[in-house]
Amino acid sequence: MTVLVIADIINDELSSDQIGKTIAAVSELGEITVLCACKNAGTPAGKAAKFDGVKKVLAVSDEVFANGIAESFSSLIVDLAKDFDYIVSAATAHGKNILPRVAALLDVMVITDISKVISNDTFERPIYAGNALQVVKSKDSKKIISIRTANFESVSQNNDAPVENYTCKKMTISSFWVEDKIQENDRPELTSAKVVVSGGRGVGSEENFEIIEKLATKLGAAVGASRAAVDSGFAPNDWQVGQTGKVVAPELYIAVGISGAIQHLAGMKDSKVIVAINKDEEAPIFQVADYGLVGDLFSIVPDLEEKL
Amino acid sequence: MKILVPVKRVIDYNVKVRVKTDGSGVDLTNIKMSMNPFDEIALEEAIRIKEAGKAEEIIAVSVGPSQAQETLRTALAMGADRAILVEATDSVNQDIEPLDVAKILHAIVLSEGTDLILCGKQAIDNDMNATAQMLSALMGCSQATFASKIELAGEKVTVTREVDGGLQVVSVTLPSVVSVDLRLNEPRYASLPNIMKAKRKPLEQRIPADFKVAIKNRLEIIETNEPPERQAGIKVSSVDELIEKLKNDAGVI
Repeated sequence: MTVLVIADIINDELSSDQIGKTIAAVSELGEITVLCACKNAGTPAGKAAKFDGVKKVLAVSDEVFANGIAESFSSLIVDLAKDFDYIVSAATAHGKNILPRVAALLDVMVITDISKVISNDTFERPIYAGNALQVVKSKDSKKIISIRTANFESVSQNNDAPVENYTCKKMTISSFWVEDKIQENDRPELTSAKVVVSGGRGVGSEENFEIIEKLATKLGAAVGASRAAVDSGFAPNDWQVGQTGKVVAPELYIAVGISGAIQHLAGMKDSKVIVAINKDEEAPIFQVADYGLVGDLFSIVPDLEEKL
Repeated sequence: MKILVPVKRVIDYNVKVRVKTDGSGVDLTNIKMSMNPFDEIALEEAIRIKEAGKAEEIIAVSVGPSQAQETLRTALAMGADRAILVEATDSVNQDIEPLDVAKILHAIVLSEGTDLILCGKQAIDNDMNATAQMLSALMGCSQATFASKIELAGEKVTVTREVDGGLQVVSVTLPSVVSVDLRLNEPRYASLPNIMKAKRKPLEQRIPADFKVAIKNRLEIIETNEPPERQAGIKVSSVDELIEKLKNDAGVI
């Protein structure tokens, strides 16, 4: 069996965390080829070749792949599809954008956001915001799958697979990239951070979120937020942890002023250690927390930051 | 311009989901059902575009059991002009897969001549996040997923997309399929007079065969299970105790 893994590349930079975990998820399914398509694919392809289990890397350098436009990527992947039994990506914004499009072009049903590979045609995926786990068996001859990477440990990088350049055919595209508004900061990426500090509605305002950010800085952590905090305008949407945001599974997750709605728990309950700080001792977040501290977050969080 | 908005009938997002003990699925008996919240946002956006004078007609479509009529009546009460129910199953427990839904929607788009299709980014029951992208693929047109801002100007739509790490702005040429994210807008509530008026708006009933689509699930659902429960831990009484536990017991700092 053969597997094509689509690498997540933003501005010619490979997302190592996503590719490592995606390869780990599908390593039993067959021989892995990684597709690196972006403006200049040389460097990301070289990095992808290091991951254990990779047989070959396809490098495609073209302006049309610079900004993750779904039409370009799906057209390229469909051209390559005949050689592969599985077409796989991480369930990132990019993967979610392109894979269903590829699947429809190939008349295959996509299987999104899987949490486990059970056999070569059977997969587990969370449904209803993680309140149920469904096991599905695909009857399609080709399988197109996106991976919930938070559920997997990355493979090591001791490999040196061959990189092959591939030239794609000309394509007509009716979508045009205008601009990216990506937040620049030194924090680790939310989905791959070892520690995440998240704030909820209890934080009260955008200004108050600074205490969450300070604690995160002290711990070298990523900053997250509940949907309630995002909806209230305290935090940007790409910080959102939950079923409608990002799914994280860090070593340590600190939930501050978060009540613990089901939709939030779906995004963080696989964290190794969960700490909850909340003034309401009945808050549902305490039912999943390993360590709970009841009290005023505005005195606890600065105190914690100082003593760490 | 006509705008098409597909809507799905799903468990109300406030209802606690119960998994049946025999593994056969989620219990839907006597459960409050509502319009998928992302579809509500898509419909709200369509109504605002029409109110701004940039669209003439909004058509709401649902592919599912006959009970999806209620969801379409809600769409009509919110402001859709007419509705199409494609009765694709006689069981409320059967989910129609996005690929079949996209094929039916594609046929409707062709017969209605709609240039803009606004979809919710995912349904909160199967969380598949696929129909919009699949429809766009079948139409061979542009797509803009996870929209938090949509601006129409002639044949162009500028869409701000929610992506990892921030936002991306793309410009797509019509026809196009746009899937919407949470922060696009706050959907309105249907007023009582509009609920009454909706009862007289046209609701056409069709079946998949009308569009030459045979419903054929590609994914066989083997079982549906409850996720493993996480055990509650302990309450600590001070910041010092918390730090001590994290250092010595958990070893994470």
